[in-house]
Amino acid sequence: MTGKGGVGKTTVAAALGHLAARSGKRVLVCEMDAKDALAAAFDTGPLEFEPREVEPGLFAMSMNTEDALREYLRLFVKVPFLGRIGPLARTFDFVADAAPGVKEILAVGKLCYEVRERHYDLVVVDAEASGHIVAQIGAPKVISDLVQVGLVRDQTEWMLDILTDPHRTGVVVTTTAEEMPVTETLDLLARLVDETGVRASTVVANRVLPALFDRRQSEVVDRLDEVEDLLVEAAGAAVTIVVDAARTTEARRRVGAGHLDRLRGGLADGTDVLYVPELFTRAAGRRVVKLVGDALAAEIDLDHHDPHGHDPHGHDPHGHDPHGHRPDGSVG
Amino acid sequence: MAGRSDTPAAPVDALLASREMILVAGSGGVGKTTVAAALAANAATHIGGRVLVITVDPARRLADALGIGALGNVAIRVPDEAFVEAGITPHGELWAAMLDTKAGWDELIRRHAPDAEVREAVLGNPLYQNITSRFVHSHDYLAMEQLHELHSSGEYDLIVVDTPPSRNALDVLDAPGRMKDFFGSRLLRWLTVPYRSRLFTAASKPFYQVADRVLGSRFLQDIAEFFVLFQAMESGFVRHAEEVEQLLGDHRTAFVVVSTLEAAPTHEAAYLARELGRRDYHLGAIIANRVLPSAFTRPAAATSARALAGAVESDLADEVAVRLDADPDVTGGVLAEIAARFHDVAVVANREAERRAELAEQTSIVLTAPALDRDINDVADLLALADHFRSDDT
Repeated sequence: MTGKGGVGKTTVAAALGHLAARSGKRVLVCEMDAKDALAAAFDTGPLEFEPREVEPGLFAMSMNTEDALREYLRLFVKVPFLGRIGPLARTFDFVADAAPGVKEILAVGKLCYEVRERHYDLVVVDAEASGHIVAQIGAPKVISDLVQVGLVRDQTEWMLDILTDPHRTGVVVTTTAEEMPVTETLDLLARLVDETGVRASTVVANRVLPALFDRRQSEVVDRLDEVEDLLVEAAGAAVTIVVDAARTTEARRRVGAGHLDRLRGGLADGTDVLYVPELFTRAAGRRVVKLVGDALAAEIDLDHHDPHGHDPHGHDPHGHDPHGHRPDGSVG
Repeated sequence: MAGRSDTPAAPVDALLASREMILVAGSGGVGKTTVAAALAANAATHIGGRVLVITVDPARRLADALGIGALGNVAIRVPDEAFVEAGITPHGELWAAMLDTKAGWDELIRRHAPDAEVREAVLGNPLYQNITSRFVHSHDYLAMEQLHELHSSGEYDLIVVDTPPSRNALDVLDAPGRMKDFFGSRLLRWLTVPYRSRLFTAASKPFYQVADRVLGSRFLQDIAEFFVLFQAMESGFVRHAEEVEQLLGDHRTAFVVVSTLEAAPTHEAAYLARELGRRDYHLGAIIANRVLPSAFTRPAAATSARALAGAVESDLADEVAVRLDADPDVTGGVLAEIAARFHDVAVVANREAERRAELAEQTSIVLTAPALDRDINDVADLLALADHFRSDDT
């Protein structure tokens, strides 16, 4: 799971994990950037390298390169005495800071290892923001290009097998209906395939505002100033604020609908877009994760097991079309 | 909403007029690049002098908005026509440049390499190619180095920096220190000791043995060779790093933290503000971007929304429909929707007000700009955004 910073990537990652666990899968969700956002999404304390069950069947962990190195050395290099790794890890930190791909491959390697060993049915990675994700996913390829011999080199092959197999690995890009997130999403999708061989499977459009008015209604909205006296008489002077609020929301939605059009136009065939509506809620944490999970479930028709048979633009819980598409094909 | 205010005492103008460098920081997606450009355009317009904005975001639209073809490593002057179209005669000049990591590194190596041999060896080293294009922190080092170069050139009165997208904005600030540490570290000395003699150094033996098994000795040798070359450039790098640290910490520099009033960016902004304080950096202002009008939080508005819902039930819809010569059902639907939706908007606006208060605990200057209902397309739009910071009427 990736996406530009601030688009709700972590919440969507948590929701996807929650959804999978809810349908009976054993799931690992891993936060890569140690910002504790994933812990906040599950209303739990700071996560650690050792996965912790935060919901039935749902395990959460926070990636830590030093712990990953420790585990790697124990599992593969058979370094027996863990106490000795302390100073080694510190030195390693310097090398890893300077040598390309070393930190990344430890993190990616740990996750691929969990997939290979089938400890979980699904591993959801709340990965780096779109600016850095290519370096992260691409690490095994970089290492295999640069390092000619050694254990690490040997291990990049099975990692690449997992990462480049579209049946086992997919990238989900989360975006909002805004200019830069959409632009970055399209750029990223192009770079991913070119530079890593990993395919993007799905784009999640998060916080999509519902359309408030159809075209005939919009004409009335545009002329409400002419009847301001009637409205003020009926509902008080502050009614102008109420009208302004609806107009502000609708104007934002229209701008967003244009960006979503651009998104759909720029996607390669076969890349799905799932829409998650703006949740007008005071809630945070688990409550939001559940609501986003519900929205995703409705989008992928989880209950009908027919992911291709429905019209992705056809349903919306509020009776509004969240995508800004009109039956006549116009937008907004 | 905002009227154009030319009050010279606006806090944002005072800030821009008193500094040589403004670093704009914040989490991704909050409009940092646009805010940086707006601040720079504002300084060039109202304060004067030569103002440079450096961006790291490859937003083509920003280059378009500034009326310049493409942004690159070399600063380009924003043509006066771009201001004239906005109905403005700027007091000063606005320049813009973009950080280009790869070209920037090559330039850096050329600058610090003691001779042509070292220079060509570094540029041709396969590790160098990878480090500069993939090394996650390379943006940070480069940003600092470029800042040093631009600032010490003395060509600009004010430099506004859109800090690079970074997992942690503070990585950028730590970059010069890390560079210094790296050159002074035992690791570098160890790496650059001739390969063979390293085998017999007892202290490094355990590390060497494990590292060799894990990474392969050839790779270690590549790294060592690269750093031997790199070490030849130490003095230049370290001196610049120290000067940049000095510049960041003293009165010539101020930070502006940008955030939206959503949960995660606010949290990040508050953290950033605290960290800046801890490091004795000067926080000039926090800018809350894309904020809903505070009027949406007024209890009177919520009361009106309920009254409107009630009035639609009686005969308001018909009265309005008659006056507008519109369909009564359509009109009723519109008014009911407006009344019903106010609650949603008010929830968001109230949430934002609470978060704004959180940010206000960090600094006395919190400026707000509203959510715009369109994208930023030209200098006029940038100046309109800056006017919100100047009048702060949200």
